[in-house]
Formats: sequence, structure tokens, C-alpha cells
Amino acid sequence: MSAMPALLALIHAVGLLTCFALLGTSRIGACIRFLSVQGMLFSLVPIIAHDDGFTLRVLLLAGANICLKGVIFPAVLLHLRARAGFHREVEPFVGFVASILFGIAALVVSLALARELHPALSHAPFVMLQAAIFLIAIGLFLIVSRRNALIQIVGYLVIENGIFVLGAITVVETPLLVELGILLDAFVAVFVMGIAVFHISREFGMADVDRLNTLRG
Amino acid sequence: MTPPHLFAPVSALLLAPLFVGVINRTKAFVAGRRGPPLAQPYRDVWKLLQRGAVYGEITTPLVRLGPVLNLATLITALLVVPFPGAGAAVSFTGDLIVLVGLFALGRFATVLAALDTGSSFEGMGASREMHFAALAEPALLIALATLARITGATDLGSIYGAITTASWVHDAAALALVGVSFLVLELVENSRIPVDDPTTHLELTMIHEVMVLDHGGPDLGFIQYGVALKLWIVGILLVGIIPLYGVGAEFALGAALLGMAALAVAIGMIESAMARYRLVTVPQFIVGAATLSAVAFMVLLV
Repeated sequence: MSAMPALLALIHAVGLLTCFALLGTSRIGACIRFLSVQGMLFSLVPIIAHDDGFTLRVLLLAGANICLKGVIFPAVLLHLRARAGFHREVEPFVGFVASILFGIAALVVSLALARELHPALSHAPFVMLQAAIFLIAIGLFLIVSRRNALIQIVGYLVIENGIFVLGAITVVETPLLVELGILLDAFVAVFVMGIAVFHISREFGMADVDRLNTLRG
Repeated sequence: MTPPHLFAPVSALLLAPLFVGVINRTKAFVAGRRGPPLAQPYRDVWKLLQRGAVYGEITTPLVRLGPVLNLATLITALLVVPFPGAGAAVSFTGDLIVLVGLFALGRFATVLAALDTGSSFEGMGASREMHFAALAEPALLIALATLARITGATDLGSIYGAITTASWVHDAAALALVGVSFLVLELVENSRIPVDDPTTHLELTMIHEVMVLDHGGPDLGFIQYGVALKLWIVGILLVGIIPLYGVGAEFALGAALLGMAALAVAIGMIESAMARYRLVTVPQFIVGAATLSAVAFMVLLV
């Protein structure tokens, strides 16, 4: 079991870097691929974090997660990007350098929050607690700071990753059905959002959600 | 046999231009040319030192001070930078901050001299230099702070002496991040591609080269030698985090010199393979390096 903390630390470091990559890049295709890497990485957390590692329940959960977040979501998003024909976030509300600086600030805050929370959840690995809070913050930030609807979906999925990690490390025995139910929800949500994005882009010729303000009822 | 105390600064003074020569030779090789001889940077500096200096009529003594002060800060910085297997010539608590401060002082002198010439192009270059330096400096400081935290030491000599294979096993992620951050800083601090092109002569896009346009003769020689020294210093900071002490001092010296040669070839390959970033994306690149350092530091705090 001695390799487990090191492995968690590795996932933690690479996971944080994918977040910063998401904050710093304007290319939507690259964003989706970073999201895929991040999803697959954090899907491994339940296997590693639990002492009784390789039970069927945990393996099934991780497998379903890797399939959905690593393969299906990115495929759906990439398809959507190709159909809608936009490739870059042109003018985010918050610039890319400022976004990365926000990320550093969020890193500090998430660290402080995790310090506060850790005594209450002493069985949870500290690195993952911090990563979960950080992921949720970054996801929220991506949603409010970007104009492009596709990146906002990416932000939603980053939040989903964060909540998944938080659930995986804090609640020792979540029923499998609940976990899979949450995954199914995310799955449906991505499809619904995908359809919405498709309609937005067909209506306006771009996926700039700011344009929705011009609609009148 | 322990290497002499002054090995680190003397080796840098002697070998730094060779480092530039290897980079240039690599670039020429990749481009299919034969390229200048490895000793060309030495000859350039020697040739420039033979010449007389010409100064503009409107300039003040600041223009003469700039290159001299810049070279002086870099030579001073050489004293605190440890060479793997030989240690640093001078070591005291907090000398990593002195190193960053010396870099800043040298840059300040260069910028003042550039502004003093009264050329608008040089003012532009100075403005860019300060803009990028403001972003690169925290990256360097945080990277050094990360190393200090990993090793628990507070002077460069002890920090680099304490990085062993064991610290790589224990803090692999943090050390790797710091390494990448140093590589980016090596390119940023020395105005290499993809941040700035040391061979370009289009004023509108230059950063470092445009600041030194009005310098000639021995001053330009000092500047070129200073550029080589700075490349060497940041390169040593990068090569030094590879654990070499464990294999014995004599072997570590050779391995570190080989490491520097490999770094020079790597920089040559990077410069051959990459195009320059547009000026607006350069800050992103540098902030990326700062982020890597910051993440490395955070990974340690956790």
C-alpha cells in the first residue's frame, strides 16, 4: 500500500496542471482533450483511495467513469464542435493570463479550505480533498468567465469531476446505484446541453451565450 | 579529491561562451548548415573588446554604466551559484534571493541604458523587458523556494547539495515541475526563441536585442559575454536538480558538464523546432512557468 500516497500525489499534480491548461488555452479542441485526461485520472481515485481497493463495486464505478468522462463525453463534445464549426474561445470575459492567476489564488484558497475541512473528514486523503475543492472552483470559474457555450459545458464537467472526487473520498459506502445514477444524470445533462448548444449555434452562427441577451420573449 | 572552491565561477567564466557556441552549432546543424565554429562567441567578444566605443552626443554616463553593471552583477551572481560536485564559491543564508536580486539589478542597468539613448525603439524594448521580467521573477523565486522547501536548506549551495535520488523518489512531481519551470525560465530570462529571437534585427519585434542596439565596441562585448553567463547560470540551476552528488564528486563534475552540453543541444533543438510566440501570448507562456512553480510549491504543502 505504500505506493498509494505517491500515486495519489501524482494524480493530484497532473490533475492540477490539467486545470491550469484549461484556464490558459483558447482552443476548444485542446480544452476537451485536457478534460478527458482529467476525467480519466480522477476516475482512478476510488480504486486508490479505498483501502479495500479492488472490489467489484469500485472497479465498476471507475470503469464506468473512465468510459463516460474519458471517451464518450469528449467524443460528444468534439462532434458538437465539428458540427457547430467553432474552434476558439475568442474573447473570454476574463483573459487567459488573469484566469491562470485566478487559478493560483484558487489553489491557495482550496488549500486553506481543505485544512479547515480535514479534521472533520480525517479518513479522506488530504490531497484529494484539496483537489476536489479546487476542481469545483475552477469549474465554476470556467462557466462564469467564458462566453463560449462549449467551454461552459467543459466547466460543468470539471465541477462534476470535483464532486465525484469529493464523494469518492468522503463517503465510504455510497450505494453503487446512487453513484451510477449521478453519472447517468451527468450523461443526460451533457446531451441536453449539447442539443442546446447546437440550437444556439444554428440560430446565431456561433456559440456565444452573450448573444442570448438579444432574444426577446 | 575535492574540486577547488572557485571551480563554479571559473568554469562558468571559461565555458559560458562555449555554451552559446553549442546552441548556435546545433541550430546550424538542424538547418543543414555547417555553422560557425564552436569558439566563435569567444572570438566575437575578443574582437569587440579590441574596438573603440562610440557614444551618442545626447547620452549620459548611464549608457556606459549599463553594460558594465550588468556584467558585474552576473559575475557576482556566479559566486553563489553552485556547480554540481563542486559547490558554490560563497554560501550564506538567503543567497537565492540575492541571486534573483542581482538578476533584477542587472536588468535595471540594461533598461536604464536603453532608455538613456533616447531611441523610441529602445524604450519599447525596455518596456517589454520589464513587463516580462515582472512575470518571470516570481516564477524563479517560487521555483527556488520550492527547492528550499524540499531540501530544508536556505542557501543555494546546501539546497543543491541536498537534492539526491531520495528526494526525487519522495518529491518527484514537485522536482519535475520545477525542472520544466527552469527550462522555460532559461528561454525567457535569456530572450531565446520562443520568447525573443537573439538573431533578429527587426526592431518592432525585438526585446533584448533592441535594448542594446546603441551599444558598440567593448560595451557590446560585455553584453554578449553577459548573455552567455546568464544562460550558463540558469542552465546550472536546471542541471543542478538532477541528482549527481551520489555518484562521487569527480564523476559529478563530468556528468554536470555533459548535462550542460545536452541542455545547450536541447535549447538549439527547441529554437529550431519552434516559432516565436506572438508578443501577446508571451505573457501566457511566462505565467505558465510561474504556475508550474506555484503548483510545485503547493504539491509540497499538501
